[in-house]
Amino acid sequence: MQSQQPSLIELRDVTKVYGSGQAEMQALGGIDLTIERGEFVAVMGPSGSGKSTCMNVLGCLDTPTAGSYRFDGIDVGSLTRDQLALLRRNYLGFVFQGFNLLNRTSALENVELPLIYRGMPAAERREHALNALKVVGLNGWEDHTPGELSGGQQQRVAIARAIVTQPSVLLADEPTGNLDSSRSREIMELLSSFNRDQGITIVMVTHEPDMAAFAKRQIHFLDGLVAHDANNQGHS
Amino acid sequence: MLWNALLLAMREIRRNVMRSFLTVLGIVIGVAAVIIMVTIGGGATQQVTQQISSLGSNLLMVSPGQRMGMGQRSSASAFRLDDAEAISREISNISAVAPSASQSVTVVFGNENWSTSISGSTNQLFEAGNWEFKSGRQFVESELRAGKAVCIIGETVRKELFGEQNPIGQKIRLEKLSCEVIGLLNSKGQSTMGMDQDDLVVIPLRTFQRRLAGNQDVRLIQISVKDGVSTQKVEQAVTELLRERRHISANEDDDFSVMDLKEIANMLSGTTRVLTMLLGAVAAVSLLVGGIGIMNIMLVSVTERTREIGIRLAIGALEREVLLQFLVEAIVLSSLGGIVGIILALAGSVALANLIQVPFVFNMSIVVVSFLFSAAVGVIFGYFPARKAAQLDPIEALRHE
Repeated sequence: MQSQQPSLIELRDVTKVYGSGQAEMQALGGIDLTIERGEFVAVMGPSGSGKSTCMNVLGCLDTPTAGSYRFDGIDVGSLTRDQLALLRRNYLGFVFQGFNLLNRTSALENVELPLIYRGMPAAERREHALNALKVVGLNGWEDHTPGELSGGQQQRVAIARAIVTQPSVLLADEPTGNLDSSRSREIMELLSSFNRDQGITIVMVTHEPDMAAFAKRQIHFLDGLVAHDANNQGHS
Repeated sequence: MLWNALLLAMREIRRNVMRSFLTVLGIVIGVAAVIIMVTIGGGATQQVTQQISSLGSNLLMVSPGQRMGMGQRSSASAFRLDDAEAISREISNISAVAPSASQSVTVVFGNENWSTSISGSTNQLFEAGNWEFKSGRQFVESELRAGKAVCIIGETVRKELFGEQNPIGQKIRLEKLSCEVIGLLNSKGQSTMGMDQDDLVVIPLRTFQRRLAGNQDVRLIQISVKDGVSTQKVEQAVTELLRERRHISANEDDDFSVMDLKEIANMLSGTTRVLTMLLGAVAAVSLLVGGIGIMNIMLVSVTERTREIGIRLAIGALEREVLLQFLVEAIVLSSLGGIVGIILALAGSVALANLIQVPFVFNMSIVVVSFLFSAAVGVIFGYFPARKAAQLDPIEALRHE
């Protein structure tokens, strides 16, 4: 097992139960899922099907009730709260539903935020953040606060914040949820380019088949289980 | 890390100037109240001490009879001039011995008259009482020995009788005695007990005894003890000498009393010091209340910023980093409050000291202590909200609207 490189993400019979007794609610009912480096996965399914819970588990924001999650060979279930935070800080990038940017804080400062927690010196931090903003096409917008930016621009800031640390995995929860189709397409092309050019593994939740078509693999969730798992163009 | 937390805190405070101001108002008032109380109290203590030392430093006052309480005195025979002479001859470490007797007399000059206290004494009185001459001169030896009709007056008497005129060389009338003014004393102002110390006329003791009192009595002996010598030892020596001279046997009580001004001074300044501490303690309670105000607002702020905290935690902030951020914010807030309070207090103390005529005594230690205390309030009352923020579940926090 040590001889060959472990899969990046490996879920084995993962269940997640919320509440207890009468109020018990099973969000995940035994998921097996393997995602290799460099994949671009779209996660689909009706609301309540467990895809958000699965994303939280993948993002190390939540730990499974039972089953095992190995991230790059590390057993995530055995990590402490702080170790989980360090894992998120060093390997994961998040694009949240509804952007989740800090209000009244400039685009540049928003993008710098994860670098602050990495302890990067100020000058280097600024350079990286400006660079990330440039990559998402927000040159010259760095001093604007989220309130002064359009939805598409806010989403780009959120993406810049997620990729500025050059994570192994980018987790995106409905990255095009609030955008019109042309803006959505721009965002998807941006994500595709990260996957293609930088080899960043992307797992993305979406409702729209058009957007899912950008991914190389589509996973459908239903009632807390993986109902369908298909490659668009086959494994690369 | 700490620097970052500091910058974030400053940014947050600037974003909510009005709320931040109201938050720290309690601290500002608390710190200002403590410093003003202690400063004014310190000024009052200093004033009391100064007033007593203006009576004469290291002064012992010996008078016949024992105080019986309620201002009454037991009757006892008065001293004589030779008692005072014996004291200055036989007791070492004293710089002046001033025997005196006094009574109330109406003084007349031209059409003006003024009721004041006439003391018969010697030049030693001026030394023992720390008196300085504004103009004129002391008594000369021949005037004292012969009991000449000359007098030295205080500032209040000069003002009442002479107005704008120069009193030196003028003749004033004390009952049947007409005497020449030869000296004017510098003003000493009010005594601690509120008496006007400048309301007096001094004539030679012999003149007083022969021409006004008609007896040989000395009612008060003031003894000035040399600097750096224990007044208690001198007091003991004086008591022993006088007991011997007045033939008091070992089992009898003294029929005279010795008052140590230094003791009274210590007692009075001790009293004001206790009062100062009491007022300071009351003011410190308001600091505590201010701290609770900060906790309140910080808790509200944690709820308000739950989503922000969620974002920070999700992108990899450690629990202790979020804790530190909120804690630093609370400390910065309360320290700013402390600084504003200190500035207000210094301005307020100067104004109040002027208003109630107490010297302004700057007390660095209370300023430092208040500042540290206000910062500590930040730590103590900021910790609970900060911990609450740090322990939020990132998923829940992100969902919060």
